[in-house]
This record gives sequence, C-alpha cells and structure tokens, in this order.
Amino acid sequence: MDVSTAPEPKARLPFLARMLRLPHARGAGRREGMVENRPFLTVLTHAVLLLGVAVIAFPVYVTFVASTITAEEVLAAPMPLVPGPHLIENYREALLHGAGNSAAPVWRMMANSMISALVIAIGKIVISLLSAFAIVYFRFPFRMFFFWMIFVTLMLPVEVRILPTYKVVSDLNMLDSYTGLTLPLIASATATFLFRQFFLTIPDELAEAARIDGAGPMRFFWDVVVPMSKTSMAALFVIQFIYGWNQYLWPLIVTTQEDYYTVVIGIKRMIAGGGEASVEWHLVMATAIMAMLPPALVVILMQRWFVKGLVDTEK
Amino acid sequence: MAKVELRGVRKSYGPLEVIHGVDARVADGEFIVIVGPSGCGKSTLLRMVAGLETITVGEIAIGDAVVNEREPKDRDIAMVFQNYALYPHMSVYDNMAYGLRIRGMSKAEIDGRVKKAAGILELGPLLERKPRQLSGGQRQRVAMGRAIVREPKVFLFDEPLSNLDAKLRVQMRFEIQKLHRQLGTTSLYVTHDQVEAMTLAQRMIVMNAGRAEQIGTPMEVYEDPATQFVAGFIGSPSMNFLPGKGAGAGKIALEHGGIVHHAAGQVDTGRSVVVGIRPEHLVVADPADAFFAGTVELIEQLGADTLVHVAHGADSSIVRRPHGLQPEPGSTLHVSADPSSVFLFDAASGARLR
Repeated sequence: MDVSTAPEPKARLPFLARMLRLPHARGAGRREGMVENRPFLTVLTHAVLLLGVAVIAFPVYVTFVASTITAEEVLAAPMPLVPGPHLIENYREALLHGAGNSAAPVWRMMANSMISALVIAIGKIVISLLSAFAIVYFRFPFRMFFFWMIFVTLMLPVEVRILPTYKVVSDLNMLDSYTGLTLPLIASATATFLFRQFFLTIPDELAEAARIDGAGPMRFFWDVVVPMSKTSMAALFVIQFIYGWNQYLWPLIVTTQEDYYTVVIGIKRMIAGGGEASVEWHLVMATAIMAMLPPALVVILMQRWFVKGLVDTEK
Repeated sequence: MAKVELRGVRKSYGPLEVIHGVDARVADGEFIVIVGPSGCGKSTLLRMVAGLETITVGEIAIGDAVVNEREPKDRDIAMVFQNYALYPHMSVYDNMAYGLRIRGMSKAEIDGRVKKAAGILELGPLLERKPRQLSGGQRQRVAMGRAIVREPKVFLFDEPLSNLDAKLRVQMRFEIQKLHRQLGTTSLYVTHDQVEAMTLAQRMIVMNAGRAEQIGTPMEVYEDPATQFVAGFIGSPSMNFLPGKGAGAGKIALEHGGIVHHAAGQVDTGRSVVVGIRPEHLVVADPADAFFAGTVELIEQLGADTLVHVAHGADSSIVRRPHGLQPEPGSTLHVSADPSSVFLFDAASGARLR
C-alpha cells in the first residue's frame, strides 16, 4: 500500500467527529449560517465513553488498591477504595517470596513468563517467516499440500490438540522445561498465513531483479524480504507476545515444578486450595498488577510499529 | 559490450508452445527493439535472454558464449523492469550499489560507479532518498542507474516506459537514446508501442503470435513490410486494408467496387488479395482517376493533420489530410494513390505479394 493512499487516522477523525456532532466539527454548518448546538448529544456521548472506560478500568483500579493494603483490609467489607501505604512492602514480599500455596517467588515466575513469551513470539516469527518464504518462493513437490496442511491447523485451537501434544512432549522428556513450555506453541499457522499473504503482494520482479543482481535465495530473504516485513513482524510480535504471556492451559499441564511456573499459573496457584481467609489477597493482587505490566508495556512501546504494520506495508 | 545471437529459440509451457523459433542477430552496440501486440511472446523472449525463463529449444549466445545454462547473474546482463522493481526499503544509492556489493566489489569502486551513473542520470541530489519519495520518471532513472553501474555487456529493457505519462515517456525516450549514444552498450528493448519502437530502434524485431515476422530498420519495416500483420502494426494510424481480386495486369478489383492500380508483380485474375494503402498515401482525386469513392463518416482533427474516415461498402479507410482541407461529413470522397505505394498481401496467409 502506498503511504499516500493509506487512510490516515487523522483524516478520519473529522468525519467521526461530524457523525458524533462534536462541537469542533461544525465548521461547515456555521459557514452556511446555521447555528447548531446540541450540548445534550455532546454530554451523552461523553457520558457513554466515560462509562465504558469506567467499566474497564475500575476492576484494574480495585486490583491496584488491593495490592497496596494489608490482607485484613482486603477482606474487610466494604474494601477501601483509596490506595493504602503498603505498596512497596507488598510488592517486595510477592516478588521475593511469593504467596499462598505457591512458594515460588514472583520474580521467578515473571522471568519464566518473559522467557516463554519471548521465545514463543520470536520463534513463531522466525519459523513463519521461513515457512512462508518457502511456500511463496520455491517450487517443490506437494507445495500446495503443505500449505493446506498448515492452513488446516488454523482451524484447530490449542485445546483440541492438547492431549496428543502432551503425549509427544512427555515422550520426548520435555515436561518441566522451557523447551516443553514453548516449542509446541511456536508452530503458527496464523503467522505463516499472514506472512504468505504479505509475500504474495511483493512483486515478482523484485525477486527477479535480485536474481539478476546476483543475490541467492537466502541473500534475497535477508536483504529484501526481511527488511520489507519489518512492520508486519512488529505487529505479529505484539500479538504473539501477549498470546505467549497469557498462555494458561498449556503451562498448567506441562509444568509440575514451581521453578517453571509462569506468572499466570502462579496467580492461579496462589488462590487455589485453602479457604477464602487463607488467601493472601493483597499479594495476589500485587502479582496480578505485575503480570499485567509487561504486555501493556509491549503494546505501548511498540504501538507505532504495530499500527504501521497493520495499515502500511512499506512498499 | 557484445553481440547477442538467438538461434532457433523456442519456448513451451507444457504442451503449449508460445515462441515458435526465433532467429536473430544483434550486432555489438546495437539498439534493437522487439515490438508486438500483447501476448506475442516478446517479453518471454527477453526474459529468456535474461535467464529468467528457461529455453526449451535453441540457443542464446551473448558474446561468443552460449548462455542457455547460465544463471542470470553470470550472463553479464542488466535488466530494467516495467514496474522498476526497486528495493523499496533501500535508498537510491543502495539500490544501485546492491548488485555490486554482492559481487564483492570494493567500497571505493562501488562509490565511483554509483556516483558516475548518478551523474549521467542526474540523480545526484536523490541518492539518499527512498524509492517511494521519487516520482515515476525518477524511479525509472534509478532503475536505469542500477543497470548502468553494472557495466554489463547487454541492457535489457522490458517495457520500461509504459508506466509513465505521455509527456514523460517522450522525455525518457530521448534520455534512453542519449544514454545509448553515450555508453554504446548492446541493448534489447521490448515494447508494445510502435512509436517507441520506430523512434528508438536501430533495428526492430516485429513479433506476432510467437514468431518474428520481420527484422529490419524502422524505415525498412515501414516502407517494405513483409506481412500484412507488420504493415498494419507499424504506422499510425494503421494501414488501410481492402479486400479485392486480381483483375488483369497491375489492377485489383475491390470487393466493394473500384479498381486499384498497383506496381507489384503479376497477380492472377480472380486471386483473392488484400490491398494495403497507408492513410498518408491516399490522396483525393478526380472521380475519373479515383481508385474508389466512399462516404465521409467521421473527421478527426489532430491539429497538424486531419484524419478522414471514409466508408466504402463494408470497409472503412482513413485518409490523412493536411490541416484545413477536410471534406464535410456525409459527402462523397474520391481517393487514389501512387501505384508504387500500394501493397498487396495474400488474403489467406497475409504474406506480401511483390
């Protein structure tokens, strides 16, 4: 897509604003001598927006508040709604010693999550780039068969193939290891398919020009295909990092040692078992807040690239 | 620089043969244009010279070496593509330098060559830009720059000007000619535009349906077309064709009435032929001397000339008239031509009858 033809978010805003009849979009009406003022609509639209934000943000806020007070205060009814003074102490406790049934410290679980998410995201990108490159640029026997094999697995969620996958991983002695945590999740039909679609939009002449320039297939891959896919890779990284970070079912069944727990499993373990009163909610909440941070940071830091990767293919 | 030879070159995709044996010799330093309608196999032929398509039968030689089995990079050619095929993420400089870097050339030499090519093509101020920041004409020049820096034996151009607007096309045509005079590199240039072919070519290969119908200089092809196809393809507006039958010495009776005098050899009486006369050779004549008469259907004023469409039975002919001398639509026009400018073609095969 050419940069100039890409819909610019800014250009769309006035249209959106006009639809919502926001005050600054009424220039056209004013020129025609029409005095249009509908404060009611303005108030209503803002109220809806604020309500939406509140519905989504309030639970996060409650979690944050709960992570700054003591265990007794969390269980008090009603629970206080202003942050308390125990922020640093709760977070240090959770980070260094963990909570509840899970004795593993949270820093360890965060590290596990980070390793799995990174390996899954990067692994998926590398594997999908290579397999899409093979499918698009090479003519080998059963090429379309392999493509459809990959495509068909799109229709199967992890949960469907979890038992056979578990059997394979356990037979290969990969339970309780980073390999076991990440490898089965790396194969990705979605990413392969996305890269394939992107590669198909790269004109054939580019590959031919590279051939005449003397670039072999891998040289073409590194010097032309990979740089051109940068934005798509960034978008996929964000999506796959979050996917990897949020994995629950798979880490739950392949890990039995606390050393390999991811933070998502850790939170579950902290509240599992024991009665309502024995759960150290303030530490659980602190862990939850910490578990939310890395995906949020990845999105915030990579937002510009992410959006570019979805709207613009730099061609 | 080198000569290029095509010897009995054929190309098939499975059972479908698309090029039916082309023989051509391109002399060292010559500028050859391969011209033909779309689907005639001209691009395929060029891509076979480039090494992007395999050669089914026959041989292609660059210099003295047969290159059938060589990879494109080992053929010492450079190609300019219709859509430029610039690497979008590389600067103009890197686009030109890429091929040289792969060849492991020293930085200083690459720099020298790129700067020199940029000088020739006036790309100096644009070297740091990305292709998307350039206009169509500039991109085209970068694509040519990428070919020049390689200092190849042969330049291959695959319809390089068809993505440009009419004015820019004329300008780039001029620049390509200038470049060829300056560098003197053997060039093969593919186009479907007969004007481009006429103006650029030292010699041209007119292709139709996978065959080279005629090879010759533009004026040879224009003045002495080998087949009805070539006669109709080269020249704008294209030649008028009127079906008729031999009617004694030097005479053809047209199907829709009228007698055409020609200077070609003996045509058996009753033999079906096609008479070809270029619009610029048709003249308005006295009814007594005219080949035929027709009704003026349409007038197209082009400024310098006027094209008069004359209906004659089911046929329609175009007469090119100087500006200001056009008849009224609906009036009757009597036309004739110099017998020496009348071409005859066999009605069945389209071959020229001389």
